[in-house]
Amino acid sequence: MKKLFLIALLFSSYSYAQEGEIHGDFQLNLQSYKDDARIGAIAPDEIILNNSFFNLMYSKGNFSTGVRYESYLNALLDYDSEFQGNSIAYRYASYSLGNLDVTVGNYYEQFGSGLVFRTYENKGLGVDNAMDGVRIKYNILNSIDIKSFIGTSRTYLEYSDGIIRGIDFETNLFELLALEMSTNLILGSSFVSRFQKDNNPKFNLPQNVGVYGLRSNLISGNFNYYLEYVHKYNDPAGSIADNSNNYATGNAIKTSLTYFQKGLGFSFDAHRVDNMEFRSERQQSKEYIINYIPTLSKQHSYTLLAFYPCATQSNGEIGFQSDLYYKFDRGTIFGGKYGTKININYSRVLALDGGSSLKNDSIDFTPVFLGSPNELFYSDLNLELVKKINSKLRVNSTIAFQKYNKDVLEGKLPGEYGIIESTIGVIDATYKLKRKHTLRVELQALLTDDDDGSWSMALVEYTMSPNWFFAIQDLYNFGNDDQKNHYFNFNFGYIKGSNRIEIGYGKKRAGIFCVGGVCKEVPSSNGFSLNISSSF
Amino acid sequence: MKKILISLLLLVSTISFAQIKNLPNVDVKKIDGSSFNFKNIDNNGNPIVISFWATWCKPCTKELNNIAELYEDWQDETNVKLVAVSIDDRRSQSKVAPYVNSSGWEYEIYIDPNSDLKRAMGVSTVPHTFLLDKNKQIIWQHRGYVEGDEYELFDEILKL
Repeated sequence: MKKLFLIALLFSSYSYAQEGEIHGDFQLNLQSYKDDARIGAIAPDEIILNNSFFNLMYSKGNFSTGVRYESYLNALLDYDSEFQGNSIAYRYASYSLGNLDVTVGNYYEQFGSGLVFRTYENKGLGVDNAMDGVRIKYNILNSIDIKSFIGTSRTYLEYSDGIIRGIDFETNLFELLALEMSTNLILGSSFVSRFQKDNNPKFNLPQNVGVYGLRSNLISGNFNYYLEYVHKYNDPAGSIADNSNNYATGNAIKTSLTYFQKGLGFSFDAHRVDNMEFRSERQQSKEYIINYIPTLSKQHSYTLLAFYPCATQSNGEIGFQSDLYYKFDRGTIFGGKYGTKININYSRVLALDGGSSLKNDSIDFTPVFLGSPNELFYSDLNLELVKKINSKLRVNSTIAFQKYNKDVLEGKLPGEYGIIESTIGVIDATYKLKRKHTLRVELQALLTDDDDGSWSMALVEYTMSPNWFFAIQDLYNFGNDDQKNHYFNFNFGYIKGSNRIEIGYGKKRAGIFCVGGVCKEVPSSNGFSLNISSSF
Repeated sequence: MKKILISLLLLVSTISFAQIKNLPNVDVKKIDGSSFNFKNIDNNGNPIVISFWATWCKPCTKELNNIAELYEDWQDETNVKLVAVSIDDRRSQSKVAPYVNSSGWEYEIYIDPNSDLKRAMGVSTVPHTFLLDKNKQIIWQHRGYVEGDEYELFDEILKL
């Protein structure tokens, strides 16, 4: 099968090389490890580990094909050890002809928000649940988009036993009715089903499990309103491991409202999720998830703001987040000479009142729709201020108040850690020394009496555009009475066009790292790293 | 399998070695929710800058804020158009339009909700900036952003 793709690729590059186009990208992540008892880092036997990826794509007109070579020799410690060896783990061919678009092999797809179905890849997190099969997209009357697929979903370097089938319709209603309006009403619906053979001797398991979703998006001028509802039919996923005869259904509702005008922006997102994890197989394992429930909190980029990150509890949660962006014009009291930008963000996520259907359906009980939820999972109130002081100096400052239910969000025993309350402050100052030489200093503090106590971080970065950067940073657990550990890091790199090489040395803290709503637990480590990325 | 790959690479490199030149045939979303085929972006024969960014990416917003201060001058001099492609997924997608408008950016904005365009253009991390000439051929690209990179970009635009 893989050979077939290569031959197809080879053939196409032979015959069309003059007109077609070959391009791709490459990534190498090499890390050395050594034991460090103080921070609990344990070196693997290999001492050096490697993750590398090479994408090669060929396209000509409406035809494209590509492969990705992945090398885990052996996988970095922050990856699952199931990633092992070399593999052409991704290959596809696709073409479009008129309104028809066909893909065979691997593909990534998302229906609506992803509540029903989403496959994607994130190399940083070691997530790749690409589909392998056939996908067809078709557009009718220039206004109805139909997407349909069948395939199995990737887990590590293998594929699920479950066969996933799906279809999605989306239309812009006013366009369909040929109404000349400045408003768009986009309606969508999808259905996805998983087939997995019932080979359980004890239970009569449903072999086909379906999920449907309905969504609408009204966009009028500066307003945008989105509403989506999804429902999952009797899904024995998870219940077998719990050893209970429980085929609970699940559902989720998601809504968002957005308003913007020049200098002002507002957004509000809310969802209620009940037993809405959808897996490519019945068995429980994080990487088999094939839907996506966006996390209701701001995606922070500063280390200490993202220290205790929110993670969606797809078994059941209810919450909201809201953002206000405002720019004080230049020349006003708050605006000063250059203007001032602020962003206020608040998020709050709670357990459902009455628990999750996953746990309660066997006694014919489901949580109430709203009720009065009182078990807090996560809350975050943060204020960011972006201010240009003069032509050389710019300062970003953030203050945040976070509450983090460690027991729930990290899957610990109830009452083991409780809620971690922290206050975080960040100052990020950028100073232009010369036209292309810049010094940047980051000072961060996280103050808490809980968990490991308070932390601070300092970073100094010197950049010379467009080629060089150097950075040193230290993360310090000064509030820990047992061990006041330092995590020192040094990085420098060279960038030339689309090539980037970075060398680093230092210690990494064990913890939860989240990107794009997915989190992984990373062990502590100490050593050198080499990262090369390039595209052509 | 490995041998095939290696021989394939050798073969490919002897036949032709090309960088990405043409925009891929991939659908993205506009702010108004409608679909748009990215290969159809156009600037009437003038240069186009494509910048991949996300609301949560500090170097990205820094780059686009810094260019925003110069954008009027750049446009007057070169008629360049900047197309900012957000790779925010559904978690932060509803923040894109508020962020862009409150920042006063005058760029053309698209959303790449499941990173299809990002993959097709070989972008592994953001920010990643491309420059297109008058024939919409990609002639320059740069990975990452540090302060001052906008001057190099503008020098490249002026060469067109």
